[in-house]
Amino acid sequence: MSAVEEVVTEAPAVEAVPKRAMTLGLGTSLVVLAALVIAPLFVKNFIIFQMTMLLIYALAVLALNILTGGSGQFSLGQSAFYAVGAYTSAILMEHVGMNYALTLPIAGIICFAFGFVFGQPALRLSGVYLALATFALAVAMPQLLKLGFFEHWTGGVQGLVVTKPDAPFGLPMSQDMWLYYFTLAIGIGIYIASVNLLRSRSGRAFMAIRDNEIAASAMGVDVALYKTLAFGVSAGITGVAGGLGAIAVQFVAPDGYTITLAISLFLGMVVGGVGWLPGSIVGSAFIIFVPNIAEGISKGLSGAVFGVLLFLVIFLVPHGARQVAMVAQQMLGKLKKN
Amino acid sequence: MELFTNQVLAGIATGAIYACMALAVVMIYQAIDHLNFAQGEMAMFSTFISWQLMQWGIPYWWAFLLALIISFFGGIAIERLLFKPLAKAPILTNVAGFIALFAIVNSVAGLIWDFTIKQYPSPFGSSPFLGSQLISTHQAGMIGVTLGLLVALYFFFQFTRIGLAMRAAASLPESARLVGINTSWMIALGWGMASAIGAIAGILIAPVVFLEPNMMGGVLIYGFAAAVLGGLTSPLGAVLGGFLVGVFENLAGTYIPGVGNELKLPIALALIITVLVVKPAGLLGRPIVKRV
Repeated sequence: MSAVEEVVTEAPAVEAVPKRAMTLGLGTSLVVLAALVIAPLFVKNFIIFQMTMLLIYALAVLALNILTGGSGQFSLGQSAFYAVGAYTSAILMEHVGMNYALTLPIAGIICFAFGFVFGQPALRLSGVYLALATFALAVAMPQLLKLGFFEHWTGGVQGLVVTKPDAPFGLPMSQDMWLYYFTLAIGIGIYIASVNLLRSRSGRAFMAIRDNEIAASAMGVDVALYKTLAFGVSAGITGVAGGLGAIAVQFVAPDGYTITLAISLFLGMVVGGVGWLPGSIVGSAFIIFVPNIAEGISKGLSGAVFGVLLFLVIFLVPHGARQVAMVAQQMLGKLKKN
Repeated sequence: MELFTNQVLAGIATGAIYACMALAVVMIYQAIDHLNFAQGEMAMFSTFISWQLMQWGIPYWWAFLLALIISFFGGIAIERLLFKPLAKAPILTNVAGFIALFAIVNSVAGLIWDFTIKQYPSPFGSSPFLGSQLISTHQAGMIGVTLGLLVALYFFFQFTRIGLAMRAAASLPESARLVGINTSWMIALGWGMASAIGAIAGILIAPVVFLEPNMMGGVLIYGFAAAVLGGLTSPLGAVLGGFLVGVFENLAGTYIPGVGNELKLPIALALIITVLVVKPAGLLGRPIVKRV
């Protein structure tokens, strides 16, 4: 899991890093992983819950990163896929009585299909037009979930309450801690799969489409198929994140999945660095913790403080966390040379 | 049939609001090639400035004029301070900047003028227009101002030197610089004008939706939709799109069963997407031709 190889978009204006320096990326990944594994043993349940949400949003940001950073399509509709995933898990658990772990693959598959189908009309749109289409999806979703027609299943405006699972095999840990490790395991699995996906033939096809659609189709890439596929994969991962989110929060309701969520995920992607998968967790941390920090600095002006912090970040590092990683790597490379 | 005519008229009346906002959106899109998500909040802030001036006892039209001037320079200042440094950053970073601006303006307005709803006066009065219950004189006046603004903009861009320079800077910045146009200031000017047009939109809308920091949320969404529907490169398209969205929304609410107020917006958006799938550049927009 070295940092440089996961970079999928054009690098910011820094020189290529020599191969030797790549150990930094691997080292950092291992340190972060170790921290994620050990940290819950020392903190309170509420903080474990926040860390679970951090991982869940990181997954959703990662999904958007595959779509935007990988295939170059822009989406403001991720909250809709997240909602579908959350509701699928919640309905299967509460109405069908299915095991929570089994609902996640189903949520993923349903969202994959949904994203794939939605990708069809989106094929003809690009740029702001695609943004508007996905935006419409995000705006429509909470209203659709409230419809009387589905009320028997979705619980209408009231939503559904989900029971939190206990740790299996009589493991001596709290529900929150178990759920955290469960999420962490799924997150690592999806992360490795995504990295491999972007390195594979399909991943290269995505990037070819992003860089030059016409050239890609001239090279024999089936543009329509891969564009819709990117939507499907992104929606599928978002759906799994949504399902996990429903289990962690223990509650689903239409108003939890408004356009604000989609905008947050977008900001997370920009702060983490577009197209840099490890940045997803940095972006996720930004969208979870910075609003709280802003509230802490000034209650009345929390929006303004949040805006100013966001401006600071994009002024200092327009390419997000990825730029920081690049610069760090370059400096280490220079140190080694001397 | 009478119901139909009435609904269309009511749709045109609300459409005038969207058309006004869409015009401001297109204006800034022409100058900087991005959709400004903070446009509605900037317009709201300008409206509050004019309201504050009136509270201090300045007559309506003077307050109106002063608010326009302040907005114009405010727009230029925002561009110079916040977005000029981002000119070379990726597009998505710019979009994040707009979202940040949105949060800042909304929050500051809430702090200065709080979130209670305020009445805003109309210069046209609110009696029925030509005996129709559906369109008030204010709404008729709003349609008139929107169309007047459109004509003025057309003349500005077609027949003045500076309008020509702005168009040149937007379409071919490199060549424009070679013939001596200061493209950087043309962008700032675009921001200023968009901000002033936004102020006009806000001041016209405020008597209808009332004045409060979140008044533009819904309007801006419809404004974007209208601008995209009409074609982002065409001011005339934006105005047409605004009226169409207003009429669509009303007719869908009346004739499709089960569509209450809540589903109006999704249906209007769905319709717009359908139009876009058939005509990707919008109704009156120029298709973008790329050289390979």
